[in-house]
Amino acid sequence: MTGSAPAGGSATHAGDTRMVTGWGRCTRSVAHMVQVTSVEDVSHAVTNAGVRGVVARGAGRSYGDASQNGGGSLLDLSALNQARLSSDGALVTVGAGLRLDDLMRWLLPQGLMVPVSPGTGRVTIGGMIAADVHGKNHHVDGSFGSHVASLDLIDGRGEQRRLNPEQPEFWATVGGMGLTGVITSVAFRPLRVETAYAVVNVERFARLQALMDAMREQDRRRRYTVAWLDNVGTGGPVGRGILATGDNAAIGDLDPSRMGDPLRLSQDRALTAPRTVPSGLLNRASVGTFNAAWFAWEGRPRTGEIQHLTRFFHPLDRVERWNHIYGRKGFIQYQFVVPDNAGSVVEEVLAALHRAGAPSFLTVLKRFGEGNPGPLSFPMPGWTLALDLPVAGSGLKDVLPALDRMVVEAGGRFYLAKDAHASPSSFAKGYPRLDEWRRCRDTLDPERRFVSDLARRLELVPPG
Amino acid sequence: MRDGMGRIQHVLLIGGTSDIGRAIVASLRPSEGTVLAGRDPDALRTAASGLASAGLPNVTTCPFVAGDGRANEESLTQALQGRDVDVVIVAVGELGDQRLIEAEPSEGSRLATSTYVGGLEGSLIGSRLLASQGHGTLVVLSSVAALRPRRSNFVYGSAKAGLDFLARGLRDALRGTGVDVVLVRPGFVHSRMTEGLPAAPLAITPSAVGAQVARILARRAGGRRAAGSVVYAPPALRYVMAVLRALPGPVFRRLPL
Repeated sequence: MTGSAPAGGSATHAGDTRMVTGWGRCTRSVAHMVQVTSVEDVSHAVTNAGVRGVVARGAGRSYGDASQNGGGSLLDLSALNQARLSSDGALVTVGAGLRLDDLMRWLLPQGLMVPVSPGTGRVTIGGMIAADVHGKNHHVDGSFGSHVASLDLIDGRGEQRRLNPEQPEFWATVGGMGLTGVITSVAFRPLRVETAYAVVNVERFARLQALMDAMREQDRRRRYTVAWLDNVGTGGPVGRGILATGDNAAIGDLDPSRMGDPLRLSQDRALTAPRTVPSGLLNRASVGTFNAAWFAWEGRPRTGEIQHLTRFFHPLDRVERWNHIYGRKGFIQYQFVVPDNAGSVVEEVLAALHRAGAPSFLTVLKRFGEGNPGPLSFPMPGWTLALDLPVAGSGLKDVLPALDRMVVEAGGRFYLAKDAHASPSSFAKGYPRLDEWRRCRDTLDPERRFVSDLARRLELVPPG
Repeated sequence: MRDGMGRIQHVLLIGGTSDIGRAIVASLRPSEGTVLAGRDPDALRTAASGLASAGLPNVTTCPFVAGDGRANEESLTQALQGRDVDVVIVAVGELGDQRLIEAEPSEGSRLATSTYVGGLEGSLIGSRLLASQGHGTLVVLSSVAALRPRRSNFVYGSAKAGLDFLARGLRDALRGTGVDVVLVRPGFVHSRMTEGLPAAPLAITPSAVGAQVARILARRAGGRRAAGSVVYAPPALRYVMAVLRALPGPVFRRLPL
């Protein structure tokens, strides 16, 4: 048990030993949390990692076991949260532990915005690189990694490296799930905005096919597009959907009351979900009711609505701790991408889940544009579907392997930041450059100090 | 590493030829690999090919000889090849022949070594492996024979009682390490061990025990540990044993057990 959790959690290490789960709360293991306050601390933690290794844990928003490291160490970099803007305003340099919502509160009043944002602001910048996150504008702007000018990484020898997009090590780190080293600082090119608002259109569709046709069309016109599907409603398995499209608002788009302060921060307050919810509360009926209410309100057709960017990008953040509503067994977020010519898989997956009686709370459909050079980066041109599937009380166990096969056979793949279900082989089939990534990873970390529960489960870093 | 649905990747069965142990493995259906550890290489190979033909991938074997703790730890660690193991099942031991043991005490020490010492080594090594990785389940096979001495098998019962006691101690010792301990107390199971013996009431098959243990492990996979860390197989034995243990000695001795 060299360097691993002493039974009973005595404090021979700096930091504490505790049970850690992903955001989906369906995977768990015990690890040491180590608070670091400087780059030297990170280097020290890496060179002193025990046999169970080390990985950075950002805000713990990956859904599965990516930020768990059973028996090993997890680095908390929340103290590395500095931010600065270059004098010409073209480059933002931030500590990897800074949270996106805090960053946005600092950027927006200066007329700047992150070029890519995921569906929540409660993530760290380091995590955004490690997962190479995408947003509603992927078809136009690509994923976050494409806007990064350079990043600082502590490698497996505890040495700091500055990586840029000319180097393969950079692209192994973008989407590399923290397994190439610990990202300590990131420099990215921000997006200039006139206002803190988006102009949003919402359309409602009765059939999936019509919705998907509209998405192809709208992707040519609008910077932001995303669709929500109702996989539970009475309109059949793949009935209703709503399509939200938008662009950044110019000052002229605002009504006079907002024109005076176009970069004002959002004043929305978040609700908080109750901590204890019995497993199985989210059954077909309650999910159906929620979806019906959501479609009635969010799905009401409208054009030219002015929405604050925070609300537009981070709808999930309006309820704190929403992951607790799935009860103690948690939920799986099942997200995959299939190539453009395999769009029918979206409908097949929805139909299979409907037949199995597995309700999905939030189902998001999005089209991706071109991917980037990262061997483990998730996006590729095509359709990505994300489903929240409660583990308790559903026929999920029997139907998931069939879904895995559909996705893999269609040339699709799974998203590591969400994954809590793929097998080593179903994962590897979707990422033909996995071995290239492994070789590059080994040059950065020859002693294989960087490891996570995800890496073990999918054998990303070969055992031994 | 178990996935979000509780699916099991790797299992280690100590006592790799045990009928009940193999039935538990078959019910758990590990998706990536199984290691069978035991004394007799030929019997292990047969057991491995049986599980492989039932569709389990990567079934391998390794030596485990009760009484050689250090060699056993090395052997098991090596067999896992640096991979995490999700479930360790301890299913070693033998029933022995009570009458023969009473006539020949050295037979008793042989039984105690294979059943108690082997069980202890398996449980201690298994819990160390699991605690070092911060997750996993230790399944220890005890017996209802461990609960009250019976004329027909109390030497076997004494060895199982020691193991039962050990497992309960480990369960408490492992709190906070991420390791879960499940103690299984089967009644009469139709297996190689009980071949030729008259079946007791509530007798069941190894596969019924296997299915029951798999159900319990699935239930305990998520979040707080629900009830069920002590499993009776079949479940009705919990109540039968409560009654039997409460009976006054003179009554108990008259029962045909």
